Amino acid sequence: MGCLACAALMLDRGGITLYRKESSPIPVEADSICPDRFLGRGPAEIAALPAYYGRRRVTLGDLFEVDGAGADNITVTGDLRHVKKIGLGMSMGRISVTDDVGPHLGAYMSGGEISAERSAGDWVGAHMKGGRIVVQGDAGHFVGAAYPGEPRGVTGGAIIVGGNVGGEVGARMRRGSIVVGGDTGEFAGAHMIAGSILVFGRLGARPGAGMKRGSIVAFGDAPKLLPTFRYACRYEPAFLRFYVRRLEEWGLSIDSVAADGCFRRYLGDTNQSGKGEILVRDQSQ
Amino acid sequence: MRINGVEIEDTFAEAFEMSGARLIVTAHTQSWALTAAQAATGFATSIIGCGCEAGTNELAPDDPTPDGRPGVAALFFTTSRQGMETQLLQRVGQGIMTSPTSACYNGLASGDAIKVGGKLRFFGDGFQSSKFLDGRRLWRVPVMDGEFVVEESFRVSKAVGGGNFFIMAEGIEAALAAAETAVGAMRSVPGVIMPFPGGIVRSGSKVSSKYKGQHVSSNTPFCPTIRPLVESALPDGVEAVLEIVIDGLEEDLVGEATRVGVVAACLPGVVRISAGNYGGSLGRYQFHLRELVGT
Repeated sequence: MGCLACAALMLDRGGITLYRKESSPIPVEADSICPDRFLGRGPAEIAALPAYYGRRRVTLGDLFEVDGAGADNITVTGDLRHVKKIGLGMSMGRISVTDDVGPHLGAYMSGGEISAERSAGDWVGAHMKGGRIVVQGDAGHFVGAAYPGEPRGVTGGAIIVGGNVGGEVGARMRRGSIVVGGDTGEFAGAHMIAGSILVFGRLGARPGAGMKRGSIVAFGDAPKLLPTFRYACRYEPAFLRFYVRRLEEWGLSIDSVAADGCFRRYLGDTNQSGKGEILVRDQSQ
Repeated sequence: MRINGVEIEDTFAEAFEMSGARLIVTAHTQSWALTAAQAATGFATSIIGCGCEAGTNELAPDDPTPDGRPGVAALFFTTSRQGMETQLLQRVGQGIMTSPTSACYNGLASGDAIKVGGKLRFFGDGFQSSKFLDGRRLWRVPVMDGEFVVEESFRVSKAVGGGNFFIMAEGIEAALAAAETAVGAMRSVPGVIMPFPGGIVRSGSKVSSKYKGQHVSSNTPFCPTIRPLVESALPDGVEAVLEIVIDGLEEDLVGEATRVGVVAACLPGVVRISAGNYGGSLGRYQFHLRELVGT
């Protein structure tokens, strides 16, 4: 996927395709790549939308080949490892990213869908309000988290990461769902206010530190929990079965049977209200 | 027109517009799902005295429950949306929430939303919590065997109530055998219920009475024991009549259930199949027997 011919193939997806012209470690701020910004604009007008190349103000056309038509289906391809803020604040439509993508993917989005076929950087879906982000590979730190100084992170929507994520996934999230197919780093759900984090791999250390409410669910291995979490019971949570089946309906390759057994329920963090829960699948069954 | 020698009277059933709701009740086992649904749909034979008409429906094998557990559908019919909210609050709260391992979900794709789980949640005394996914909010109410999961809102759609047909037979044995066979066949039609005991009613009613304040009374023209005292609607040789009442979520479903039931009821000893109507002046829907079973 490193040539314009490949970019032309992308046109088969319909909509507008942006192909990164060159590889560069210089960070690019491309928050203009957003269906809301593309609406009512042709390729030439889209190419004229602003972007930042390092500190330099440029246009999308300086960095990307723009082709196709239709604002509600955008494909972005090429070397995107240092391209930030794709889909920032989007409220509708769909963005498909075919290669590894940089940080802040879908931050502040309120609707629509972003699909990243490979991995994504830090801050995926930060402050997300609605819609859906699917990252098929790994994602970095602070997935669905709140930016420093902000009281709450995700307030709606769903973030699905097929691979591993870094630390502090869902930190300060207020609502919504985060699903991790692989492992998480430390402090998953730190200071979580509400919402759900489902982890199918290994849950990293110190999950739920400072959480008020909300659910962290470990389908795989879980670490020893903080002493501020207290064991409640072993039971079969029906809501979890509902939850996992909806994820299956979305087309995610999740084994719904994983939710069918018993879970051990821990409540905490008692440093807060103590009404948050960590559900750990009982591996003895 | 005759089927297996049974006369199909050239008449129609007159049915009315109602409000319908479909709930999916799940539990740890099929038996407990059915128990919960039956508790919620109990004492719901007639809108006249029960506040609603209700019954259960088996789910098709290719119709999985929202949580993947064994389950059954419970159908409720009322005359108003407001009445439905009142009934569901009481019946889900007392019949389903109380039943071990149960959970309760909305089973209709469209219609007005009425808040049921969103009110029952207060039973959780502040320890209830919710999950919101795909536009659906579930309430998790702590109970002594774990959690009662109930959807915040249930959909209420326009429905059809009061489809019916009469089985007029030579005696009670033949009438009962025909009615039981008919109900058994009609249960294969999804989205309909036969709300009376076992799907069969013997005390059909008319909407008049000689007594002040009594709005309905026994359907005396069809009562064999007083045949000489009234203007009887019973043909010669008929000694017992049973009625099957049908409520459904859609007009077509009620028609199909009527067709299936009438055909199945044409057994030896049955003299005539008829239907109840008010001359077509009251109900919005008419189900003509001969049209349904094919001329």
